[in-house]
Amino acid sequence: MATTTTKDQAATPSDVQTTKRGIGEFLLDQRAFVALIVLVIIFSLLSDAFLTPTNLITMTKHVAFNAILALGMLLVIITGGIDLSIGSIVGLSGVVAGVMLQGWQLSIFDTTAYPAVWVVILISLAVGALVGTVNGLLVTKFNVAPFIATLGTLYIARGAALLISDGSTFPRLQGDPATGNTGFSFLGVSRPLGIPTAIWIMVVFALVIWVLITRTPFGRHLYATGGNERAAQLAGVPVRSIKMRVYIISGVCAATAGLIIASELTSAAPQTGNTFELNAIAAVVIGGASLAGGRGTVKGALIGAFVIGFLSDGLVMVGVSTFWQTVIKGLVIVLAVMLDQGQQRLKDARAAAVAAQSVKRELAAARPRTH
Amino acid sequence: MSASTAVDTDVVLRARGVAKVYGGTHALRGVDFEVRRGHVTALIGENGAGKSTLMKILAGVEQPTMGTIELDGEIVAFESPADAVSHGVAIIHQELNLCGNLSISDNIFVGRELKKGMFVDFAAQRAATRALLEHLEEPLEPTTLVGDLRLGQQQLVEIARALSEETRVLIMDEPTSALSATEVRVLFRVIRELTARGVSIIYISHHLDECLELADTAVVLRDGNVVAQAPMADVDLKWIVAQMVGRDESALFAPMSHDPGEPLLEVDNLIVADPDAPERLAVRGVTFTVHAGEVVGVYGLMGAGRTELLESLAGRNAALGGSVVLGDVDLTHASVADRIDAGLVLVPEDRQRDGLVQALSVGRNVALAAVNRFVSGSFIRRTEERAAVDGVSQQVRIKAAGQDAPIGSLSGGNQQKVVIGRALLTRPRLLVLDEPTRGIDVGAKADIFALMAQEARNGIGVLFATSEVSEVLHACDRILVMARGRISAELDPRTTDREQLMAYSDASLPDDAMGATARTDTDSPTTSEDN
Repeated sequence: MATTTTKDQAATPSDVQTTKRGIGEFLLDQRAFVALIVLVIIFSLLSDAFLTPTNLITMTKHVAFNAILALGMLLVIITGGIDLSIGSIVGLSGVVAGVMLQGWQLSIFDTTAYPAVWVVILISLAVGALVGTVNGLLVTKFNVAPFIATLGTLYIARGAALLISDGSTFPRLQGDPATGNTGFSFLGVSRPLGIPTAIWIMVVFALVIWVLITRTPFGRHLYATGGNERAAQLAGVPVRSIKMRVYIISGVCAATAGLIIASELTSAAPQTGNTFELNAIAAVVIGGASLAGGRGTVKGALIGAFVIGFLSDGLVMVGVSTFWQTVIKGLVIVLAVMLDQGQQRLKDARAAAVAAQSVKRELAAARPRTH
Repeated sequence: MSASTAVDTDVVLRARGVAKVYGGTHALRGVDFEVRRGHVTALIGENGAGKSTLMKILAGVEQPTMGTIELDGEIVAFESPADAVSHGVAIIHQELNLCGNLSISDNIFVGRELKKGMFVDFAAQRAATRALLEHLEEPLEPTTLVGDLRLGQQQLVEIARALSEETRVLIMDEPTSALSATEVRVLFRVIRELTARGVSIIYISHHLDECLELADTAVVLRDGNVVAQAPMADVDLKWIVAQMVGRDESALFAPMSHDPGEPLLEVDNLIVADPDAPERLAVRGVTFTVHAGEVVGVYGLMGAGRTELLESLAGRNAALGGSVVLGDVDLTHASVADRIDAGLVLVPEDRQRDGLVQALSVGRNVALAAVNRFVSGSFIRRTEERAAVDGVSQQVRIKAAGQDAPIGSLSGGNQQKVVIGRALLTRPRLLVLDEPTRGIDVGAKADIFALMAQEARNGIGVLFATSEVSEVLHACDRILVMARGRISAELDPRTTDREQLMAYSDASLPDDAMGATARTDTDSPTTSEDN
């Protein structure tokens, strides 16, 4: 899986990278990536089954859901916002797809419709976009704090999923040749070139979003909005429209993840995606983004998703209890953020000490002359 | 009030009867104002006179409550800054508006990126940025993060951004407040090039000598009205000040005749890192003494290490070497709170960022550092706090609608007095002020200098840093000149002139080169003209 993560090593927000650095600082700088390598080494020592192509692909597929969510979350976090509703959107989009694939009861026409799979997918994605639009409107038009706005839609979207499904799961989403709506399983089950579709989708999303935020004016506006909203506004950046768009993109990412999960399980449960937003936030933060906004990379968010995914799967494989898994995951998140803070201070202190030494020598040499 | 009725094709931009009301406050009361092609129009007035409001309206940041703006004789209504820019009216804001997380070139082009297809053309942006910075004689790397730049350099980035736009009218609201003398000269050169090309400049500055030197026309605002308007050739500093405040400037500086008492602050070979670039040192071995009852001025160009020295004294940046002793207390490794307790308090350079808590009221801001004085048990004795705040507010002459007024409702000068009042409330033995007059009006300046002199007479030591020659020549008992992180001279203001001061501060031109290595052979002269 190293191919997708190293692909955008150079994806820094601004193409600024200094060159002269010690190996220690380099490792600290790339700590999320180092952590990932360390995890792989530890787990492959503890379990023979860990470092096998089959297992790596399986784990990456698990990572893909969270990575797709994290990519959307990344954009929101760069603007200084947060999107707590994505876990609920995962559930809602799955349920919407489920209800349509099972036969959409249109009571006013007194018929049951069986929309084609691509229609189902588009409508489900549109539902994600809709929730994102609501988030965006709440944040930009009604000045509701992102945390509160998306906390509200978290409940609303989950409630909607429960209402639509009446609390129960839609089983057997594979469709029926008789109604011409088969093929939904390709999202979660098929494997083009031996790689699950979910991974392909993750790669495509990552590339598109990477290009979007590093190469286009939208990307600059995104970082500017998060870095100094007022300055961005005065410079003519359409701050509101930028925020609208990130919440919509985040909603679509979440709906995509919801579809993949429903497709993989060939069933849709309204509770799916519960607390997924927290994993996505964790991935983005482990990847070096700042919740204050203005900082964060696609590479970081992806590595963060891999760290969380590999950690969970690895702990399961070596037989750590689920309770301890939760504790360890929390420790990793806190450690990541602490390292983030410590790194800069360490670097600064070392550079300053070196410079001070030379001046002290100089002063010692000069002292007999003056005074 | 003047309103030229004759049709004048030379007028590019004209405001007619522009008024602006915020809540119940009349910031502008029907202003007529005109800008001529290729002219520099200086807009002068005390803080709160309405200068910034008028400029925000002209630049589309705000919309007038009443009145009209004409551009080339046609009525326009700018809906946004971008709208104004598209009409050729750009503004350099007083408070810096940059994104610290983006590079210099990203900041210059954000909102109007150079594009190749749907992508940003970074190479072109960098090249254009490099050319702009070279033109401003500030050869920074375009990919440097703006957050890593010093205040003065950030201001140059703002200026570069305005220059990168095709403008017909360029508004400069305090463009030099963080610039050194050399950088100001460069800016003036650039302004003259612009006017020669027919660009009109509206220039706002508290540095009246700058206005006198640069402007073709002076327009004086007071209380939201234009009170006077004249060709600059016909007026002098006295006239301007009289129009602004209705008093004489000779009263600006309090007389300096203090009897220094015991040595109060003793700094020995202090070394401090540059917080933005730790491999550079900001203070490279500084030794000096401040006595009780004495005002000491630290003069130096941008990058000389003034701010870093003062912030290190206040405990913000740890000393890498040397010692700081106040009275008989060794403060070298003390925390900020310990230093305040020991009697050393700093009034920081950037009051918006480091001085004020915007969410708190005027009174709460004043009480912030001394709040422990009013605590009994675990509660704050509110009446005592209020009384103390009232006392110190009167002492520093804060003009506010009471203690509960929001801090944002005060003018720059009054906000600065809030920060100074807070410092005094901690009962300091040594008051340290970094650029105490940055971006404040003449009246407030006079108040602050009088206050510093008064505190010194009361036996407090005062140490202040400034980049203004006139301040350091008139407002202190002793001058320390800094250059490249060292004290290059210690001078007596009574026997020192402007040229001498400039020479010492320029002694080894801070070349801003990264990682300037120690050079033992080019030590700046340690001159002592102290009696």
